[in-house]
Amino acid sequence: MSASPLFDAPGPRTRRNFAVANVFAVLLLLAGLGVVLLQLDANGQLTAAKWTPFLEASTWQDYLWPGLKGTLVAAAYSVVLAGVFGLVFGLGRLSQHRAVRAVSTVVVEFFRAVPVLLMMVFVYQLLIVYRLVPPDQFALTAVVVALTLYNGSVVAELVRSGVTSLPKGQGEAGLSVGLTYGQTLRSVQLPQGIVAMAPALVSQLVVVVKDSALGYLIGYVELLRQAEYLSTNFSNYIPAVIVIAVIFIVVNMVLSTVAQLLARLLRSRTTGPVRVEAEGANQM
Amino acid sequence: MRRSTLTAIALASVAAVGLTACSSEEGGDDEKVTIGIKFDQPGLGLKSGDSYSGFDVDVARYVAAELGYEEDQIEFKESPSPQRETLLQSGQVDMIFATYSITDSRKETVAFAGPYFVAGQDLLVAEDNTDITGPEALDGKKLCSVQGSTSAQRVKDEYSAGVQLQEFDTYSKCIEQLAAGTIDAVTTDDIILAGFAAQEANAGKLKVVGNPFSEENYGVGLPQDNEICEDVNAAISKMIESGEWETALARNAGETYTPNADLNPPTPAACA
Amino acid sequence: MITLSGALPQVTSLFSEYDIFGAFQMTLVLAGATLVGSLLIGTVLAIMRVSPIASLQAGGAIYVNVVRNTPLTLIVVACSLGLYTQLGVVLADRDSGTFIVDNNVRLAVLGLSLYHASFVCEALRSGVNTVPLGQAEAARSIGLTFRQSLSIVILPQAFRGAIAPLGNVVIALTKNTTVAATIGVAEASYVMKEMIENRPDVLFGIFAIFALGFILIVLPVGLVVTWASRRLAVTR
Repeated sequence: MSASPLFDAPGPRTRRNFAVANVFAVLLLLAGLGVVLLQLDANGQLTAAKWTPFLEASTWQDYLWPGLKGTLVAAAYSVVLAGVFGLVFGLGRLSQHRAVRAVSTVVVEFFRAVPVLLMMVFVYQLLIVYRLVPPDQFALTAVVVALTLYNGSVVAELVRSGVTSLPKGQGEAGLSVGLTYGQTLRSVQLPQGIVAMAPALVSQLVVVVKDSALGYLIGYVELLRQAEYLSTNFSNYIPAVIVIAVIFIVVNMVLSTVAQLLARLLRSRTTGPVRVEAEGANQM
Repeated sequence: MRRSTLTAIALASVAAVGLTACSSEEGGDDEKVTIGIKFDQPGLGLKSGDSYSGFDVDVARYVAAELGYEEDQIEFKESPSPQRETLLQSGQVDMIFATYSITDSRKETVAFAGPYFVAGQDLLVAEDNTDITGPEALDGKKLCSVQGSTSAQRVKDEYSAGVQLQEFDTYSKCIEQLAAGTIDAVTTDDIILAGFAAQEANAGKLKVVGNPFSEENYGVGLPQDNEICEDVNAAISKMIESGEWETALARNAGETYTPNADLNPPTPAACA
Repeated sequence: MITLSGALPQVTSLFSEYDIFGAFQMTLVLAGATLVGSLLIGTVLAIMRVSPIASLQAGGAIYVNVVRNTPLTLIVVACSLGLYTQLGVVLADRDSGTFIVDNNVRLAVLGLSLYHASFVCEALRSGVNTVPLGQAEAARSIGLTFRQSLSIVILPQAFRGAIAPLGNVVIALTKNTTVAATIGVAEASYVMKEMIENRPDVLFGIFAIFALGFILIVLPVGLVVTWASRRLAVTR
């Protein structure tokens, strides 16, 4: 029984009622699922022609794997660059110089407030007009830049809160052995802060993977785009979307699990509180 | 502290652009010809696995052969509508066959050979539909098109003010809704619609109305400083005279589709 | 680059050419309706997750974990092409002259609500988790009934603990309304995309307008949330 303060421990009669409720709930769920399947079947969405393509290796080779690769490549670039961006501006917000702090704060708050999709559309058009990279890199660059700026700002907040939430004694100890503010930050607080935020950084990957799907609106070849191509070939839009949804969910659940394992592993290596989720982002 | 922060910012922003830029390959050397097509339009330019099919693709292959390229020297590259001019200007593609309408504003930045086909805006409806005969018969109907194209708005402004517009980012979503009956018609160029209607899953379920109400001259997009425009035009004329043009059209757009007969096959215009 | 003096008259002309205020009005409508919807669904989910009934707990947990790991774009598309097109869920008057617009807006709100409900649920649950077990035990030991201890002692503290994460949901939700563009809802990002494609000459001006619009919406929310969570924080 969970130790929730909200409820009393149930007695025998309540337990029996719960059991009945459980059975009832499962039946209700199955009935709902049945209705959906029947309706899909009535609309011809469950025919073999629409689903057999997913049993063929070529479908995975030609569509789904390149799509997943596109998603993961964009996510990998973005999370690495977001880490760099976050470190720079997170430290900027901890700086002793008022001007550096102010600039960092404005940058971080700006990119946190502007929707990723808006930024993506803007950067994409910017690249088309000013041609800063070869045309076949427009979409990827726009996706990576937009994801980097937003997630980098989230990481900057993680860095800042990772350092500020360390016990005060850590900074004081550093200063008392004669280190400067900057030295204390670099050699005592930051290493622990980064360890404390590492799991949150991994779970930020979930956000990046999900948001990379926005790239399909500017034509970036990722899973959702590939589902579109696949369904143009096999006329199976609904099945294709269901399959890529499953892929997304599996990938993200693996990433979440890794983040949790990492958090457990690192808890002994820092004096700061280890968080799994990025504060302020909450994986949205 | 301050300087290192600024350097790091500069580095990060350079890295953001640079990392993605270095993996690209420049096309357009003497050995190969890079041709821009659509990858997602059945009947015109469709990528299926690693093979390409469609009317645009067939014309592109014919023209490339006439220009002296072997089949294995042709490289197809996706050219989404907003990127077509940039792809040509930067030399990433040598030619574009991608439902590319010849317009004066585009001629300011790129050159055109052709036209090799004259399409017209039309409507795609369910096979058993009899009341939608043209753009004026859409009052109170639901019409689907893609975002960023003016075709749906044109129907509303010029023909049926009472039409309801649904916009998606791709045609396949429109087709999905049309097949399910939640919208009444899809509008864009007739040959694009015919390509969808000719797909196996839609055969006998969807039809093109066949009452085109605009004129879109599909041209071959070329860089402005090209030397092949005349040769491309000659190849197109030869394809039309040999009957290969007609065969390719029937093979890709389906037996039931007939293009605007007054305007097709077109005569390529003189190169600028 | 465009000089500022040359850009200003162009930027003002954009306001007469495009319905920018209408676009932001749509964004606010989506955000407001989604806020209500996600609070309702999220509260139900949170109750399920903290309830002592195993099936409800499992149901809530599965819902949250599946939805949180799915891209929002996919959920919104699924509402339009799945719920509406395939399953026949109609949310507006079919005979109305504005059926498509009404239906799309409501489907978008439904999708956005379903997605953000999982985050509302987690925010509320984290609020409940901030209340130490001792609080409930103390309440019961001074003779309060179960209902009294819940309404006087536990829920007020849980709500206060949930303010900060809930505020973050509100901010994220406002920005995420941009995804409604996928199914053709003419909100801010949809109009911006259209404007940017037609007027690449005033690219920076257009982006500045829309970025500023979102900052004006999001910043006050952030300030209120920070203020409220500080003001109402439970000191432990």
